[in-house]
Amino acid sequence: MSQVIKIHPMEDFKERSRDVLNNPGQRKNFRGAMDFLQAKRRAQFPDQDELQGLRELGSQIRRYSLAHLPRLLEQLEAKLTANGVQVHWAQNPDEANAIALGIAERVKAKKIIKGKSMVSEEVGFNHAMEAAGIEAFESDMGEYIVQLAGEAPSHIIMPAIHKTKQEIAELFAKEIPGVAYTEDVDALIRIGRRVLRRKFADADIGLSGVNFCVAETGTLCLVENEGNGRMCTTVPKVHIAITGIEKVVEKLEHVPPLYSLLARSATGQAVTTYFNLISGPRKPDEKDGPEEVHLILLDNGRTQAYADTELRETLKCIRCGACMNHCPVYARIGGHAYGTTYPGPIGAIISPHMLGLDATYPLAFASTLCGACVEVCPVKIPITDILVRLRNESQAKPESEEATLRGSGAGRTVAGTAVWNVWAQVYSRTGLYKLASWFMSRGRALSPSDQGAWTRSRTPLVPAPKRLRDLLKERK
Amino acid sequence: MNATLNPTHAAEVNARSSILARLRATAIPEALPLPEVKAWFDAHQRHEDSAQRVSRLRAALEAVKTEVHDTTAADWPDLLLRLVEAKGLRNLLIGADTPHGAELESRQPANLELKRYAESIDTWRDVLFDEVDASLTLAKSAIAEIGSLILWPTPQEPRLMSLVPSVHFVLLDVATIHADLHSAITNEGWKDGLPTNALLICGPSKTADIQQTLAYGAHGPRELVVLLRHADPVKEGAAA
Repeated sequence: MSQVIKIHPMEDFKERSRDVLNNPGQRKNFRGAMDFLQAKRRAQFPDQDELQGLRELGSQIRRYSLAHLPRLLEQLEAKLTANGVQVHWAQNPDEANAIALGIAERVKAKKIIKGKSMVSEEVGFNHAMEAAGIEAFESDMGEYIVQLAGEAPSHIIMPAIHKTKQEIAELFAKEIPGVAYTEDVDALIRIGRRVLRRKFADADIGLSGVNFCVAETGTLCLVENEGNGRMCTTVPKVHIAITGIEKVVEKLEHVPPLYSLLARSATGQAVTTYFNLISGPRKPDEKDGPEEVHLILLDNGRTQAYADTELRETLKCIRCGACMNHCPVYARIGGHAYGTTYPGPIGAIISPHMLGLDATYPLAFASTLCGACVEVCPVKIPITDILVRLRNESQAKPESEEATLRGSGAGRTVAGTAVWNVWAQVYSRTGLYKLASWFMSRGRALSPSDQGAWTRSRTPLVPAPKRLRDLLKERK
Repeated sequence: MNATLNPTHAAEVNARSSILARLRATAIPEALPLPEVKAWFDAHQRHEDSAQRVSRLRAALEAVKTEVHDTTAADWPDLLLRLVEAKGLRNLLIGADTPHGAELESRQPANLELKRYAESIDTWRDVLFDEVDASLTLAKSAIAEIGSLILWPTPQEPRLMSLVPSVHFVLLDVATIHADLHSAITNEGWKDGLPTNALLICGPSKTADIQQTLAYGAHGPRELVVLLRHADPVKEGAAA
């Protein structure tokens, strides 16, 4: 069956980060893009009161939806089924791909055209389809560029954000037959448009993600600017939508506040070009639209996050990407360094549920906890609290009560545990603390010059010659 | 589908019950009250007359490169034909059996081929993709706040009409403009029945995927032209 690429994001996380940090060109791309996106978002929220009120409302809607998730999923399924949409459930990437392959086999599909879907990246969809001899072609301009280059998206909203137009011009000239080198963005987009138009018309299946599922009406909402999402969900005979189980809201009226927050937070637009509400396949008297519509609901670790009240907040995410746009770490190392489908702050807190904390815990440490992400998150996810929680989980004693996640305790080492035990002893006993600090200040000349990661780019830490206690005594 | 012999289906049934069981195993905190969405929109409502609403819609549309023209119930066909000519369009796709389509056909325009969307797309996909220059559809309504047109495609005016042709003309009656998305949804009773596909459209298709540079005409129309149809005669805006 399908083979999903095994991801060990942490194997060379530091190496990849260092590579980007030492690449001035890439850093300039990311810095420029982040500044641009931050300014665009800021311009969309001139009224602080309105912003804070809307964030609170968005947070309430998402929290309410999650509190009622099992009921809403059943309602969604019943409504969609009544509308003629086939609903499928998948616990992991393999199951999700098997469902899609099953559909493809039945309708004898050879070509799949894809709208933007991070969940399809999460399950390694393209790879699974290719392994079965089915072409999966990306149609979002950014995704198309990234696929043409044989890369993965470096941002969840702007997949090709790491590339300059010169790089894209070279790529097009090299990979697309009959295309000459041009740096003119309008011309480049026209080339992409021309190539992809044929793909829409020829595809057997269209695949898309979903931004919101509405339970009361059985509706799939898709937010986009390019029109490729509409193409993928309208032109081919079969439409498969794939999304995480957390994306459901109860009522249609819950959508407007979230849509407003999404468009403004993600790309700094008041509204996107298209807001596409799909409630069923083509009816007998209709002349276009897919004859079959499928929805694949994916778990892939989301139920683990759901089981914990604090971590459940992670699932409120509406995937706007504002957290990464404002993250000082993401701005410097970019999306690829993370090695996970979802990069940046949201990636650091959602990936452990998908890939295990053992495979991802260093991401929780790759943060200054400055809180910029928390400040901009449109649904008020307490990202830094969750990062701290994940740090603690990574150090938890396996199989103890503190270890609640797959891979908890993976960061725990004998030496590290011993150091913290000594630290706890010293800092909880006055006598011991006095003694230890006396020795530290008097023996400061003995401080090691190699202090591991700290001294790789900083001068060594040396205790002060006099303790605070001594200084206070002198003042009296 | 065979429910008993298909292994994928068995796996799906199992996945469904496992996922729901895992979600249900978690004690749900106190039943949260329904979010006060209506109260929020009520509190943020603007008190404006219809002229202000129209100008807000126009500004939001023009900000994303949309042409907006004022016209009347009597004059719009002439305006449309002038615009079509000025843009050098060879043909225009119209819906089958719509009053506005019939109105145009009755004019028998000389240099413009009127194509009817009369058959299933499966029979003429390539023609639509390769030969149709422009289309005309009627908007159900619009939203002033976000400058979005609301389209509910029908069997007469199917969804691809607003997507595939390079130039999309939209006829909009000014009386149908709502203040915001929430009032559109509630006033029109969307929850009691949505079409297979409902759309909000604001501007021609666009992308900023290459170095954050905005480019119009991504995969959908390159041009969006809105004909604002006023009930009473008004002074003609600049045509073309």
